[in-house]
Amino acid sequence: MPDVIPADSVGIVTPQIAQFDTPLALSCGQTLSSYQLIYETYGTLNKEASNAILICHALSGDHHAAGYHAMTDTKPGWWDTAIGPGKAIDTNQFYVVALNNLGGCCGSTGPTSINPATGQRWEASFPIVTVEDWVESQARLADLLGIQTFAAIVGGSLGGMQVLEWSVRFPSRLKSAVIVASAPKLSTQNIAFNEVARQSIRRDPDFFDGNYIENNSVPTNGLGLARMLGHITYLSDDAMGAKFGRQMRHDSYQYNYGIEFEVESYLRYQGEAFTKRFDANTYMLMTKALDYFDPASQTGGDLSAVLSRAQCEFLLVSFTTDWRFSPERSEEIVNALVKAGKQVSYAKIEAAEGHDAFLFPIPRYMSVLNTFLTRVANRLTTEVK
Amino acid sequence: MRSDLEIIDEWVQPNIRVLDLACGPGELLHHLIKNKQVNGYGLEIGHDDLNTCIEKGIPVLEQNIDEGLQNFDDQSFDLVLMTHALQQFRRPDLLIDEMLRIGKECIITFPNFGHWRSRLHLALKGRMPVSDFLPYNWYDTPNIHFFTFQDFERLCREKNIKILRWAAVDGQLKDHWWIRSMPNLFSETAIFHISR
Repeated sequence: MPDVIPADSVGIVTPQIAQFDTPLALSCGQTLSSYQLIYETYGTLNKEASNAILICHALSGDHHAAGYHAMTDTKPGWWDTAIGPGKAIDTNQFYVVALNNLGGCCGSTGPTSINPATGQRWEASFPIVTVEDWVESQARLADLLGIQTFAAIVGGSLGGMQVLEWSVRFPSRLKSAVIVASAPKLSTQNIAFNEVARQSIRRDPDFFDGNYIENNSVPTNGLGLARMLGHITYLSDDAMGAKFGRQMRHDSYQYNYGIEFEVESYLRYQGEAFTKRFDANTYMLMTKALDYFDPASQTGGDLSAVLSRAQCEFLLVSFTTDWRFSPERSEEIVNALVKAGKQVSYAKIEAAEGHDAFLFPIPRYMSVLNTFLTRVANRLTTEVK
Repeated sequence: MRSDLEIIDEWVQPNIRVLDLACGPGELLHHLIKNKQVNGYGLEIGHDDLNTCIEKGIPVLEQNIDEGLQNFDDQSFDLVLMTHALQQFRRPDLLIDEMLRIGKECIITFPNFGHWRSRLHLALKGRMPVSDFLPYNWYDTPNIHFFTFQDFERLCREKNIKILRWAAVDGQLKDHWWIRSMPNLFSETAIFHISR
């Protein structure tokens, strides 16, 4: 809880809801007749509407990227370390838009929302949404906010995939793209991890084939287990070792299945905490969106061919100990962009935190991001003059 | 009297694809992008240099050249550049092969260790030369290979590499007639434009 709002915070923010009644045709073949997106904005949109930055969230993110909802909040938004006045994504310069994606569970239309056709919650019947669907819906939100062209679109991990999709789907609607700790598609191992996560949810007897709310139930065991697995892949071996080592709960081995090592306690806590804030159907949808993303499939697997459509400048960032989306995965995008002759810069940041590093205010990471975006901001002012 | 950058600039055609290995703060690349409208990329691992390039809007990739350049396709660049860096890599001969695989042509500049002052320093003092231009001690220098203008020419001959043209400049990176007449003795920086 902040006693006073820090000077470099965007302060108290209030989410807003945008209602869309134009049907949205989804990749899966179904259509959403109407839907809503919850979003927050920080900073001020200039009169040319040229200084907007869109933040795309990752697997478990939401629209609350920065600031506080109330003075009683224990924590600020999920990327508060990067967004604020004077921070890497400087709200003195930019108008920042962050939304909760379709299929989410934090206020945008998703499995926990009411299906207008039935008057019941969607639950298991909510259609599977893809990165392409998200980008389409984000473009409609931009229309609503009067933003024709974003100065930058920024995202880490699954968020980075949305940025990549933006660059080829709406090439003229962004000046620059910042893709952090991401990949042009999942590896077999990534998909395998996602499948274990989904199976742990689906095999939970409290899951009820996805209609657990209707059955007054919550698949906490399955969702918790999925999160525990996910958490291991977000951290590096070194980071876990440094944090917990073989630290034990008791002075000696208990020879039972209770908690012996602190890392077990940590994972159980992370799993359980997650089930209190996240919906299992949304989690499954997000993992499917990850699995399906593969823009190069449109051009016979040739990533540089699909990226040749892009018109924006790119900044790619990876982290040395990230093994979920390793530097090599970012470099696939970099190499394809170079092959296509696109403007791209790439930084590989030394970091111990693994995939999670993209959420940490690592000084060199923040400096690279700020340097790139400062140039974006400076060019806005020169273009206006 | 022209500087090394001016000489290179004259040799570069407009609107080509350029890869600058170990581009530093991107001075040359910046110049070529602005004046020759090249589609240019730099490779660099120095954090400050990377930031400077990003600040100036020069496409720069963090990549350790000693770990290989396999990510670049054969003949995918019109020109591969390397200024004042060849002497810092593990295997300059293999690196030149790689540069000529990736680029149709290459321009390489390097400090000429055959310069009369280096010779005199070693001959009279019996110690490895330390100069304004090569201001390092033998144990902390990033320059792990020392070679001369003639050594480079000879390597090109052995590898059947064509020398399209060359230039030689002094410590102020200017050329003079006397350097041109005896480059191995008088040049502090040698500039070679080569191809297969």
